[in-house]
Amino acid sequence: MDIIVLIKQVPETSNVKMDPNTGTMVRDGVESIINPLDLYAIEVGLQLKEEHGGKVTAVTMGPPSASKALKEAIAMGCDEGVLITDRKFAGSDTWSTAYILSAAIKKIGNYDIVLAGERATDGDTGQVGPNIAACLDLPLGTYISRIDKTDCDKIIVERLLEEGYEKLEMPLPALLTVVKEISFPRLPTLRGKQRAKKTELIVFSAENLELDENLTGLRGSPTRVVKIESPKVMRNGIMLSAKDEDQLEDAVNKLVEFLKTKEII
Amino acid sequence: MDYRNIWTMAEAQNGKLKEVSFELLSRGRALADKLNESLVSVVIGNNIDKEQLDQLIFRGADEVLVVEDESLDDFIVETYSNVLVDMIKEMKPNIILAAATVNGRTLMPHVAMRIHTGLTADCTDLDIEKDTKNLLQTRPAIGGNILATIKTPQHRPQMATVRPKSSKPLELDPNRTGKIRYIEFDRSLLDNRVRKLEARHDQDRNINIQESDVVVAGGKGMKKAENFAMLQELADRLGGVVGASRDAVDRGWAVYPQQVGLSGKTVTPKLYMAVGISGAIQHLAGMKTSEIIVAINSDPDAAIFKVSDFGITGDLFDVLPLLIKKLNEEVKA
Repeated sequence: MDIIVLIKQVPETSNVKMDPNTGTMVRDGVESIINPLDLYAIEVGLQLKEEHGGKVTAVTMGPPSASKALKEAIAMGCDEGVLITDRKFAGSDTWSTAYILSAAIKKIGNYDIVLAGERATDGDTGQVGPNIAACLDLPLGTYISRIDKTDCDKIIVERLLEEGYEKLEMPLPALLTVVKEISFPRLPTLRGKQRAKKTELIVFSAENLELDENLTGLRGSPTRVVKIESPKVMRNGIMLSAKDEDQLEDAVNKLVEFLKTKEII
Repeated sequence: MDYRNIWTMAEAQNGKLKEVSFELLSRGRALADKLNESLVSVVIGNNIDKEQLDQLIFRGADEVLVVEDESLDDFIVETYSNVLVDMIKEMKPNIILAAATVNGRTLMPHVAMRIHTGLTADCTDLDIEKDTKNLLQTRPAIGGNILATIKTPQHRPQMATVRPKSSKPLELDPNRTGKIRYIEFDRSLLDNRVRKLEARHDQDRNINIQESDVVVAGGKGMKKAENFAMLQELADRLGGVVGASRDAVDRGWAVYPQQVGLSGKTVTPKLYMAVGISGAIQHLAGMKTSEIIVAINSDPDAAIFKVSDFGITGDLFDVLPLLIKKLNEEVKA
């Protein structure tokens, strides 16, 4: 069973700082990591391979430095890494990104399942997975929380909904986006890291892919960012301390009053 | 361009419309009035209650388009996408708004890809640009650290998803009139690849934290799973549900669907109460747009207090029981 796992390199969000003057992200000194939600997809891919054989290929699009994310994926156990990189791809929105990734998946060719994280923690759209399924006309399962059963031509999965779960059966090849519940990602091993060092990444650029260049990069993107702002976070709310019984009584009474004025109760 | 009118996607389940169907209409109404275009509610499903369809009119729609069929009972994205793509090609709407729910966030990107247009996820604000009449879509990104305003200048329809609970339905006006139009379902649109086998609705009634007006969330400070019973009691008093921080979920005190934050859900309830949650940036990303935030924490320097409208520094095991007691007295009074 051959698996393609789509991953994205994102800034380590807990360290993100915003420049208050420009409203843009300060990238200096911010570490880049594999999108945390993609780790679950990698783990599922590795487990499927362990059970059914085959290989796992990690695929990412980004600047050349995104090769680090692919090396990490290989260190976890992926067999190959494909880096899609070209200056012409810069500024691609979700539509164009999905279009380019779809072309790369077509070029890779043999695959039974394409896996992706539910969304990336930077862009936070969750669109590229469903976009690609639509582009390649693959059966789609989003928010997948469990793989119940799979054989070479079909798969039964559980999908996490707002009010519970549903079970879907679909033929392979298919595209699945997975949620955290599905697995516990393993850590890279020392041997994996050594293997990652030796593994040569496959690099695709615009020339290697069958693409209409009018549909890639900023030019090919239907959406435009007009404005970026840093929202105010501080609310300067009422602060009370409840260190002794009197303070406690007073604070809780005031909270009840507060909830009343806000028409919560 | 001959693209006209605002569509909002109603969501149905077992023949009933979800609340978010009406919330979208209040967003859509504002845009339709600015553009002087019609507001159309699109309902795809099976056996939708006629009274509910009237409600869509009473709450702002000028027209309701209904596609009903037994095979549309289950949300199968491929089939729903076929239906919607077909309708878009024929009727050419200018704007389509959908809910940023599990199904909305699956269907809309599928459709946007196929008809080659832009889609902006999880918008918190929608407006019309004065000169161009383009839709301005504002959304948080990078863990809520920025607000980006996005438009789709050259492609139509302009598509956006909006978080549940981020707007209120309009007042019901039973004098409003509008058309309800049934569109025949063309069976060739059925995609027979994916099959729904079963659904299980969690007994845990807390599961749908995104659709509740009140979320009472617990973190590491709750110390153990049993203590979440107190949060449940408090949530019951306030008519809400229980959420949790990642710490609490990772410790097994709550389940993943309850997780609020960057790797969990984003909620925008009327009241978010954070109990024993310090407020890591990943957690704040999932709740800081709540209307009212109340925090209870023993650490006066906890980051959660910076985003709070009302904070109590103290031992939550003192504060919670007293608060529950006072609320019980309120109910009796």
